[in-house]
Amino acid sequence: MKHTDEYEGLVAETVMVTGADGDPIHAYHARPLGPGPFPGIVLFHHRPGWDSWYRSTTRLFAAHGYSAICPDLFCRVGHGEPDDVAATARAAGGVSDSQVVGDAAGCVRLLRSHPTSNGKVGLFGTCSGGRHAYLAACQLDDIAALVDCWGGNIVANDDALTAAQPIAPANLSDRLTAPVLGLFGDQDQNPTPDDVNALEEILRNLGKSYEFHRYPDAGHGFFYDDRPSAYRTAEAVDGWSKVWSFLDRHLS
Amino acid sequence: MCTMISTKHPMTGQAKGRTGWFPIGQVYLAYDHPERSQLEHAVLLDFANEDVGPDARLAVELSIDQATALARHILATVDQAQSYEKG
Repeated sequence: MKHTDEYEGLVAETVMVTGADGDPIHAYHARPLGPGPFPGIVLFHHRPGWDSWYRSTTRLFAAHGYSAICPDLFCRVGHGEPDDVAATARAAGGVSDSQVVGDAAGCVRLLRSHPTSNGKVGLFGTCSGGRHAYLAACQLDDIAALVDCWGGNIVANDDALTAAQPIAPANLSDRLTAPVLGLFGDQDQNPTPDDVNALEEILRNLGKSYEFHRYPDAGHGFFYDDRPSAYRTAEAVDGWSKVWSFLDRHLS
Repeated sequence: MCTMISTKHPMTGQAKGRTGWFPIGQVYLAYDHPERSQLEHAVLLDFANEDVGPDARLAVELSIDQATALARHILATVDQAQSYEKG
């Protein structure tokens, strides 16, 4: 907690990152002012796109002392208002898993190369971004923490797989080295409580470090304060406190 | 895309979106998280033109019941139109 007489400042701006296949993509980078060292966090936006909630949440991470970056995973689709771009991406079948992991790798490189970095990088995502964060944590080296907020289709049957999303990320869990924080609402349709149970069983059987928290009265997206039907105040306050505690333990 | 329910179809016509009238190139149909409706999932209907860009889009979000009603209304109107054209 900042003291009232303590200086605080941050910088937040759009930057270019070298993503998958060497493609330049946009990312929103927010970091505290000062020499650091600061831990890094990559935010994977949700299906509604690279929107205002993700930009403000990126700044929130910076205000909590993280060098935070959120890539526009739909950057290659085109540009416009986020919901229009997201609709185009959805109609195209979504972005490919391999592209997302490549884009995340570029963000991790940027964070680690920054002179204020403490060398540690975590991953955070909600909804489809939770799935992407989980996938990237299984495929990138030296990820220090993973926060999966209600990521759907991490556990998935073959009929849910597509050309762009050919693998259920849960099936890569043996490669996971980062500790996992999972936040889920019991009213969620994807992931369902059974999906969460199945993922927890996989992590437990593999001996992975994880902590799952489930909220009986929450559904999908209970952090989204811009979506009144999804937002759950008490659960969001508790969930965010668990995010900060978890990241402080693993990224400081 | 969380539900994986999404299709895209070629379509011609005209639509009026945020940038004014544009020639329709595609229609997107999906059942997924809506942008504005207070529903976890909605039937999403987008008239778009990918040659123009993402801004060329007319978006509609409906509950399953309302989407069913719309489909019936369209088919009823089409039936009447076909009868009219036959004289």
